[in-house]
Amino acid sequence: MSGQVLVVDHLAVSVAGQQVVEDVSFTVPATGITAVLGRNGVGKTSTLKGVLGLYQRTGEVTLAGERIDALPTHKVVQRGIGYVPEDREVFARLTVSENLALAERQGSATRERREMVDRLFPDLVQRRDQMAGTLSGGQQQMVALARVLLNDNLLLLVDEPTKGLAPLIVEQVIEALRLASATVPILLVEQNLDVVRRLAGDAVVIAGGRVVHTGSASDLLSDELLTQRLLGVHAESGEVRP
Amino acid sequence: MSTIVLLLATGLGLGALYFLVASGLSLIYGLMHVLNFAHGAFLTLGALLGYAAALRLDATSWPGFIASILVGALVGAGVATLTELLLIRPLYERHIEQVLVTVGLSLASVALFEGIWGTDPTFIRGPAWLDETTGILGARVPNDRFVIIGVAALVLLAIVVFLRRTRYGMIIRAGVENRAMVTALGIDVRRSFTLVFAIGGAAAGLGGVLAAHYFGYVSPSLGGSLLIFAFIVTVIGGLGSLTGAAVASVLVALLQQFANYYAGGTGDFVIVLALAGVLLVRPSGLMGKAA
Ligand SMILES: Nc1ncnc2c1ncn2[C@@H]1O[C@H](COP(=O)(O)OP(=O)(O)OP(=O)(O)O)[C@@H](O)[C@H]1O
Ligand SMILES: [Mg+2]
Repeated sequence: MSGQVLVVDHLAVSVAGQQVVEDVSFTVPATGITAVLGRNGVGKTSTLKGVLGLYQRTGEVTLAGERIDALPTHKVVQRGIGYVPEDREVFARLTVSENLALAERQGSATRERREMVDRLFPDLVQRRDQMAGTLSGGQQQMVALARVLLNDNLLLLVDEPTKGLAPLIVEQVIEALRLASATVPILLVEQNLDVVRRLAGDAVVIAGGRVVHTGSASDLLSDELLTQRLLGVHAESGEVRP
Repeated sequence: MSTIVLLLATGLGLGALYFLVASGLSLIYGLMHVLNFAHGAFLTLGALLGYAAALRLDATSWPGFIASILVGALVGAGVATLTELLLIRPLYERHIEQVLVTVGLSLASVALFEGIWGTDPTFIRGPAWLDETTGILGARVPNDRFVIIGVAALVLLAIVVFLRRTRYGMIIRAGVENRAMVTALGIDVRRSFTLVFAIGGAAAGLGGVLAAHYFGYVSPSLGGSLLIFAFIVTVIGGLGSLTGAAVASVLVALLQQFANYYAGGTGDFVIVLALAGVLLVRPSGLMGKAA
């Protein structure tokens, strides 16, 4: 089991009484970045929210050998999962430093981590007292990333961190993720296949509420036909189309 | 001129009472999406037990008055905390049931209070100075108005400082914006639910004691009648906005007083019109976040 940080077994997720993820099983290795791929609306975000307990779920979820599928969200997170949500979800009416302070978990955030985050995102240091809602999309993404990097986590769940960002900012996000992945495994939902190619070791493809493919990310993305069939794109063109 | 000053003072006093009730309603709704119909019961019980405490010491003495305020606030906080823990929390995330349980509690508590204290209002007394008046620009303003306005202003200040300067305050502000994300940071947001109930209950209980002095009596229906206007204030101010509640409390009470005096006792009617007007033009209230 030591090779896997997260084991998801027959996970079903529902929102408002409607099942949005049918039956998903996959594992996340204890090192590196694992990509979750799939067409729009296939349930990638809902899978992450199911793992976190933000959406109702059934099935087994095991984090570092311990079952977490019966725990409420805050306890799941306290066990060591950092979540970067799809739309960043920073607190618009809190300042940057309040957003970061709120994210610091007791006994998990350290001085070294704070300094590392400050070095990684100098922009945020300058804008400490600015309301997070007035930041640019890229800066908000940095707040969302900083929130998880401040803590000592077993796993990061990162949902489309490059969505809607300018190329230069995308590079910064890639750098931050690469740096983070040296010390913590990451489960990354990402539509930009170029980013996936550069970061991910493994890939999990979801379609029709189930996992339809798992394996090496580079093998998948170099197989034109397979990529086309699973994701509806040409691997070269990069973006996944609905 | 003296009439206007008197109406202003009376309106501000009433607005202060509205705020003491509406502040809690707004915080609770903002964080938990629950309209708390039991809030009037917190106020009534605070007033009844607060006055009982004053009688023990000597209702006409200052120690008696101060004791009644403290007891009112404590009783309000205590009963609100119990309400959250015993009735609201077990119905976590079931908003309709939560609201229904507060409706039930409010009805049951009025019946209970009537059983214990009777249905008739009890006329109360306080320190003599409270019933005396102070001349302002020719108007004779009852002194209790100043106390009520002052206490409400202190409560507003205290809540603002708490929200701005403490970690729990920060959690509450964040929770009002996006509760799910607060839990996704590893924070048990339910603790802050209990806390906003306690704070709102304390303000309401304290408001009950002051309302008793404003109206000159305590009765089991005291809370219910103020609660209606506090709801209107909360909606006009913008559900979940403390500043909105403060501003709307003053506006609504002044409008009510002036309409009552200059438009033949139509105050309540004008308030309902104002509510309809605000809902038409700004459905999220004066300072609510866009729905
Ligand atoms: N809060 C919600 N309320 C109602 N339906 C939802 C909710 N969240 C997700 N769904 C539905 O669940 C399905 C899966 O959505 P989800 O967001 O998980 O997909 P996704 O793969 O992340 O999509 P995208 O690539 O667009 O981010 C969709 O059909 C969506 O409409
Ligand atoms: Mg998504």
